[in-house]
Amino acid sequence: MQSNLRHIARRFLRHRAAAVCLVILTVLILAALLAPWISPYGPTKVTKDFSKGPSAEHLLGTDQSGRDVLSRLLYAMRTSLTVGLMATLISTAVGVLLGLLSGYFSGWVDRCIMAFTDMVMSFPYILLVLVAAAIFEPGMWSIILILGFVDWPGVARLVRGNVLSLRETNFFKADIAAGMPRRYILFSEILPNTIAPVLVYATSVFAISILDEAALSFLGMGVLPPTPSLGNMLNGAQSITILTSKPWLWVPAGSLIILLVVCINFVGDALRDALDPRNDR
Amino acid sequence: MKKYILKKLLTALPVLIGITVIDFLLMNLAGSPLSMMSGPRVTEAAKALKAEQLGLDQPLVIQYFQWLGQLLQGNLGYSYKSYQPVAEIIGSHLGPTLLLTSTALIVGLLIAVPAGIYSAVHRYQRRDYAVVTASFLGSSIPGFFLSLLLIYVFTVRLKWLPSFGMSTAGTGGDAWDVLQHLAMPALVLALSIAGNNIRYIRSAMLEILSMDYLRTARSKGIGRRLVINKHALRNALLPIITVIGMEIPVLFGGSIIIEQIFSWPGLGLITMNAITGRDYPVIMGVSLLSAVVVLAANLITDILYALADPTIKY
Repeated sequence: MQSNLRHIARRFLRHRAAAVCLVILTVLILAALLAPWISPYGPTKVTKDFSKGPSAEHLLGTDQSGRDVLSRLLYAMRTSLTVGLMATLISTAVGVLLGLLSGYFSGWVDRCIMAFTDMVMSFPYILLVLVAAAIFEPGMWSIILILGFVDWPGVARLVRGNVLSLRETNFFKADIAAGMPRRYILFSEILPNTIAPVLVYATSVFAISILDEAALSFLGMGVLPPTPSLGNMLNGAQSITILTSKPWLWVPAGSLIILLVVCINFVGDALRDALDPRNDR
Repeated sequence: MKKYILKKLLTALPVLIGITVIDFLLMNLAGSPLSMMSGPRVTEAAKALKAEQLGLDQPLVIQYFQWLGQLLQGNLGYSYKSYQPVAEIIGSHLGPTLLLTSTALIVGLLIAVPAGIYSAVHRYQRRDYAVVTASFLGSSIPGFFLSLLLIYVFTVRLKWLPSFGMSTAGTGGDAWDVLQHLAMPALVLALSIAGNNIRYIRSAMLEILSMDYLRTARSKGIGRRLVINKHALRNALLPIITVIGMEIPVLFGGSIIIEQIFSWPGLGLITMNAITGRDYPVIMGVSLLSAVVVLAANLITDILYALADPTIKY
C-alpha cells in the first residue's frame, strides 16, 4: 500500500502543470481557510472609501458600499469552496450508494434506480437547478443541497458499471461462494475497487459545482449578499459603468473562478492518469 | 430496426411521465402562485376566486391528471400571467433558441473536431499539450464571465457588436443585423462545447489510431494523409455523434443563462421570467419540451449509432 501510494504520487508529479496547479490550489485553500486572520478588513466592514481603485490601504480597491474587495474575495473563496466541496460530497455519497445497490442487486431494484437516474439526467440540469433555486429560500445551504442532489446520476452510473464488471471477477465469486455477508462484499470488497474512478469523477463534479454556484449567485438565485461569493461579486459587472471603469470589482473575482476551476480540472486529469495502472510508462 | 426504435420509445415514455410528476411535485413544494398576488387591495375572497378559476383549489393528484388530460389533447395550459396559451408562448420563442443553439453546436463542432484530431495525430508533442490546455481553459471559464469579457471587448471598447436582443430596435432586422447580434452568445456557447469535447474527440481518435486496421493501412504505404483522412476519419464519426447527442441537452440548459445575459428573446428568457414569476404552466411546458428534446436526442444518438456502426447489434 505504502509503495503503491508513492508510485501514484510519482506518476502524478510527472504532470508538471498538475503539480503546479496542486500548489496553487493548496495556497488558495489555505488563504480561504485563514481568511479571518489574513484578510485586512471584515467581509462586510464598511470603510470610508467608496468605489476606490486599488491603493496601499485597499490592495484591490473597495466596492460601491465601501467594503474592501480583497477581504471580500478571501471570504468569497471560502463560500465557493465550501459549496463546491459539500455539494460534491453529497452527490458522490448519493451516487455511490445508489450505484452500488443498483449494480449489486440486479432485477427490479436496478431497474427502478436506473429509471430514476435517467429521469434526473433527462431533466435539463440548469432548469432543475433554477427551478429548485427559485423554490427554496436562496442561501448557501440550499445551493449546496440543490447541487448535491442534482449531480449524482453520473457517479451512480459509473459505480454501477464498475460493480457490474467486478461481479465477473474471481474474488467476487469467491466471496459469494464463501458465503460472505452482503455488507462485507459491498463495502469492503467492491467499494475500495471503485474508489479511483469515483475520485477522478468527483474532481470534475467539484469544478462543475463551483461553476454552477458562481452562475446561480451571479443571477441572484444563489448565495445572496451581503455574504460574499465569487459569483455574486460579479453581479455588479452587469452594469456598464462598473464593467468599463471599475475593473477591480470584477476582474479579480472572475479570474479566481477560472484559476480554481482550471486547477481542479488539471489535478483531476493527472489523478486519472496516476490512478490508472495501465498508464505505467 | 423498427422493433429497436419502438423498444427505445417504450422505455422513454415512463421516464417522460416520471419527469412530469417530479416537475409537478417540485412546483407545488414552491407554494401557491397566488402568494405572488399580494398587496392591500387583494382580498382573501379574490384569492379564493382566482384559485377556483385556475383549478388550484383541487387536490394535487387531480390537478396533475387535469394537466395530463389537457396535454393529451395537445393543450399545454395557459400562462397565469398573460393568459396566453403556453404552446403559443413556446412556439413564438422557439425559433431564436433553435437559431442560437444550432449555430453554437455547428461552430463548436467545427472547433472541437479538427482540434481533437490534430491533437491526437500529434500526440505528446508541444502542439498536443497546447490544444489540451486550451480545451481545459475553454471548459473552465464560466459562460457568464466569458460573456462579460466579450461584451467589454466587442461592445464597450471596440463598439463592433451589439450586446442586447436579436435585432436592432426599430429595424426589421435583416440577416446581417441578426448575425451581428448572434455572434457573441453563439460564440460563448460554442467555446464551452469545444472546451468540453476536444479531449473526448482526442482520446476517441487516439483509440482509433491504435487499431489494427490502421496499422494495416499504414503498412501498405499509402501515406499518412490518406490513412488519417480516409481510414481514421470515417471511424471518428461515432464519437462525433456521441458528442452531438451529449451536447444537445447541455446546450438547451446553457442557453438559459446566456439568453438572460444577452436578452436573446428565446425560450431561456421566458423560462427565467416564468421561474421568477412562478408561472407554473409555462415552467411545466418548458420542462416537458426540454425533457422531450433530451430523450429524442438520446434516441436519435442510439439510432445513428446503429446506422453508422454495422457491428452494433440491436
